[in-house]
Amino acid sequence: MIPLALGLIPLALLGALLGLDVVSFPQAMISRPIVAATLAGALVGRPGHGLIAGAVLELFALETLPFGASRYPEWGSASVVGGALYAVQPLGSRGALTVAVCAALVTASIGGWTMVWHRRLIAHWAAGMRGALTSGSCDAVTALQLRGLTSDAARGGLLTWTALMVLVPLDRGILGQWSFTGAQSRAAVVICAGAVAGGAIWKIVHNTKGAPWFLVGGLAVGSLLLLVT
Amino acid sequence: MFLRLLAVQGAWNYETLMGNGIAFAVEPALRLLPGGRNGEAYRAAMARQNGYFNANPYLAGIAVGALANAELSGEATDRIERFHTACCGPLGSVGDRLVWVGWLPACSLLALAAFGFGLGPAGVVLLFLGLFNLGTMALRAWGLRVGYRDGLRVASALGAPLLRKGPAQVARASALLAGIAIPLAVRGVIGPARGALEVVFAAAAVGAVVLARFHGRVEGWRLAVVGLVLFILIAVVR
Repeated sequence: MIPLALGLIPLALLGALLGLDVVSFPQAMISRPIVAATLAGALVGRPGHGLIAGAVLELFALETLPFGASRYPEWGSASVVGGALYAVQPLGSRGALTVAVCAALVTASIGGWTMVWHRRLIAHWAAGMRGALTSGSCDAVTALQLRGLTSDAARGGLLTWTALMVLVPLDRGILGQWSFTGAQSRAAVVICAGAVAGGAIWKIVHNTKGAPWFLVGGLAVGSLLLLVT
Repeated sequence: MFLRLLAVQGAWNYETLMGNGIAFAVEPALRLLPGGRNGEAYRAAMARQNGYFNANPYLAGIAVGALANAELSGEATDRIERFHTACCGPLGSVGDRLVWVGWLPACSLLALAAFGFGLGPAGVVLLFLGLFNLGTMALRAWGLRVGYRDGLRVASALGAPLLRKGPAQVARASALLAGIAIPLAVRGVIGPARGALEVVFAAAAVGAVVLARFHGRVEGWRLAVVGLVLFILIAVVR
């Protein structure tokens, strides 16, 4: 039996890679929940479960846009946590999706703070290298860049590992006492996600001329598709 | 330079923001200055480039290309420094509207719609990543090329139809996609237990209207965390 701390290393490495993608490199959006949670699910042998958790988290993520200096949730590492937590639960586990999504949202919030601390740390390093940087040293520019990239990957990996170390046993404990049905549990999390996504889309499109009508048209098509498919 | 652009935010910090990344990205071009890497011109240019800078990362290529051109063609230092300061705002706001508010949500909604239609994990992931990166890689390459071609006169590129009209067109497409994708994705998550689907849609719609009404004052995902924690507590203790 592999101890939990060691068994989580592959997921921590995935969290490091995806945490890095959020801002530092290469911003290909492999850190978006719908990708990151699916990859985490695939890593534990259930990509389909990862995709479901990822779709719910993606609905939440529509609300948070990663503008430069603002503090926003870090979805890369958090989605690894959410996708993995959901995918490791046995089939038919009633509250698994609700707990996994909630855990991912909390991790995303903490991840946002770790990004702020990381940016302050780089500023501290830059201040220490100010002389070399202002004299135009290429080595100093490259060293600061590499330090930033490496420490960001470490941040993502450590966050993922720590979150899973805390949340895996907590998840088991909570699900052992779970009293709602599977349908009630899924409904709760999907209502929250749908409401957040709907509000977010309105925020994005309401200032664009004609866009609200496109939204209404889309809802009509969507409703029709729900009826016929 | 193009590959280095992918790491332009690698040392993002609250002092110089993206400045170090700009110097890192433009550095290969500066080696062509008289004296090469050991020359005075090279060191002076590197020192100019690693100061404060901010832009949308997907449009930073315009600045990197333009600054490389300016340094290599021997533009006056004060002109380069003025450009360095002046292009931050436009490259930030145009890029944010085009990518963060436009292209990313559109790709995300398309992936959610594909999930709702029953496309498998590999298909959804490849669709999202393929589409998003096709757009942003093309934007990065175009920016670098236009910036390098036009140098400090690159401001006119920001009037290109793609950047001027693109955000509004993408917003309309996103609105249409959202109307289709969100209900389908919700159904995709609910799965076979569809008895309560109407209730779920009604509750989500009411929640969306409330959040839209209070937008700017509350963040929906934070409220959701509170709601879900309460739900979990009730599920455990009742």
